[in-house]
Amino acid sequence: MGRVLPGPVPVTLVEDIDLSIGEGEFVAITGPSGSGKSSLLYLLGLLDRPTSGSIILEGRDTAEAGAAELAALRLSKLGFVFQFHFLLPEFTVLGNVMIPMRKLGGAPEPELRKRAQALLDDLGLGDQAAKLPSQLSGGQRQRVAIARALANRPRVILADEPTGNLDTKSAQTVFDIFARLAREMGTTVVTVTHDEGLAAQTSRRVHLVDGRLVAQGVNRH
Amino acid sequence: MVRPLLLDLALTHILGRKRQTIVSVIGVAMGVGFFIAMAALMQGFQGYFVETVINASPHITVRDQFREPAVQPVAAAFRGGAVLLHGLKPRDEIRGIRKAGTMVSALSEWPGLSVAPSLDGPVILRYGSADKSAVLIGIVPEREIHVTQLEDDMVQGHLTDLASAANGVVMGLGLANKLGAKMGDSLNAISPAGVILRVKVVGLFRTGVVSLDEGQAYILLKKAQILQSRANVINQLRIRLQRVDEAREVAARIEALYGYKSESWQEANEGVFGVFRIQNAIMYSTVGAIMVVAAFGIYNIISTVVYEKSRDIAILKSIGLTEADIRRTFLMQGLMIGMIGAVLGWLIGFGLTSLLASVRFDVGNAVRNDRLFLAWSVTHYWIGGMFSLLASAVAAWIPARRAAGANPVDIIRGAA
Repeated sequence: MGRVLPGPVPVTLVEDIDLSIGEGEFVAITGPSGSGKSSLLYLLGLLDRPTSGSIILEGRDTAEAGAAELAALRLSKLGFVFQFHFLLPEFTVLGNVMIPMRKLGGAPEPELRKRAQALLDDLGLGDQAAKLPSQLSGGQRQRVAIARALANRPRVILADEPTGNLDTKSAQTVFDIFARLAREMGTTVVTVTHDEGLAAQTSRRVHLVDGRLVAQGVNRH
Repeated sequence: MVRPLLLDLALTHILGRKRQTIVSVIGVAMGVGFFIAMAALMQGFQGYFVETVINASPHITVRDQFREPAVQPVAAAFRGGAVLLHGLKPRDEIRGIRKAGTMVSALSEWPGLSVAPSLDGPVILRYGSADKSAVLIGIVPEREIHVTQLEDDMVQGHLTDLASAANGVVMGLGLANKLGAKMGDSLNAISPAGVILRVKVVGLFRTGVVSLDEGQAYILLKKAQILQSRANVINQLRIRLQRVDEAREVAARIEALYGYKSESWQEANEGVFGVFRIQNAIMYSTVGAIMVVAAFGIYNIISTVVYEKSRDIAILKSIGLTEADIRRTFLMQGLMIGMIGAVLGWLIGFGLTSLLASVRFDVGNAVRNDRLFLAWSVTHYWIGGMFSLLASAVAAWIPARRAAGANPVDIIRGAA
């Protein structure tokens, strides 16, 4: 699989990527800046389309899927966490977590509210539910973002430098949550990080250099 | 569940820019409000005009004229053939409606129709040193009463006084003023036939239509026939209908039956209605211009929101909202502004119309109306509302489409 940005001077983001990630794996994508880590993650997250090759999610080739279909897959199967929390500033913590739920629907509003509250409780944010994101600390916001990513019980969590703006302690909390999700819920977690210490805590590492997959290794704990 | 979420998003967006939103709403409201007031004013005036025309003049006028020149026997015999007549001299006929008497009695039988015969012709009215040309119309007062509102327009005297006074004449107030004549004054009427009749003013009328008030006078039909030297001749049948709107059809029927040119009030005032159409076009384009300005306001606010909220849009798309969802969110904002603006505009329009309705003019006695005529119509409110919704939808559509098409990856990369 590869992705080339078109233009007068085509830019290759990633190329010759052949990667298979199993259910419940906790994968770290590492590499120097500009190596294509994030690009690979966006491709895996169906936010971007590869220019060659394809992405197969749960046995389904997504190359043929239309934009609306990809959106539906993102909604129900994938959850994103970015370096920046991207919480909507006008919505409360609970409101933010509920956005994906309300889009997906499937249950009455009080039920969704209860589920969102449970998620926040689980991440230690139960008492922050009514606050606005601006009233939280950086680490708390990122945990809210994780709660939002988990809102529709996705099969895969995709995180792009989720700890980039956090102090060591908060970063550790985020990784602990990821590890627990993978272990207990069987959720696949793919995270981009340049923190060696954190990458070592994952179950598998994928190392990119100049858009190419140069090394893979299984971490033994 | 989806709609409330999008509505929620839309609301937070426009509530986040209250001042701009209010300005946009006011812009739309002004457009709608002015439109309603203008429409009320224009349609009110047009309605007033039509009513005046309908009241002041007969609904159908049958004249001693034909629309087409008479068909010559040879042309009738070789219909469609190559017939060319040269040097044709039209027959010298006494002008007038033939067998007018039977026609009047026949038409009187038609349901919902009143008919009055008349003979009109030009005269010069002379009072002292003042000379005024006028159309002198010979009428039968008891019939005329049922055909025109002339009796209601009398400011002094009555139509029936024409019969009671010898050589009585009723004239427009404007005409009397120009002559300097007053009630009871005697003046000379001189016809093109050379007959001079001494007439006495027994009544004055004011219709509100200047051309009538300054150019018409009424006399008994018999006297008019003497004055014009056309004994027993009638050159006009004036018809009033119970159903004004049927004038066109009834006129066509009469014309088909008798051949004489029958003109409905619509046809007689075709030119004015043309002016009305232009007036309406001007009104709609003015309102359109106001709405375009308002639409720019909406476009501006939604563009700003789209720009400001690009991160939110990116995250919403990554969460799984579709392009259509995003588009709808911003479209809704435009429509909300349009809707609130429309409702506010209705209030403004109502207020303005009420204000206009309370205005009084001091215009002296030359014109009968001292106030603006206003049409209160729900249609104006509908049109105004539709205008604003359309403008706001178009204005919101452009930035909404841009927002929907935005690539979340670009935005997230830029933000990180």
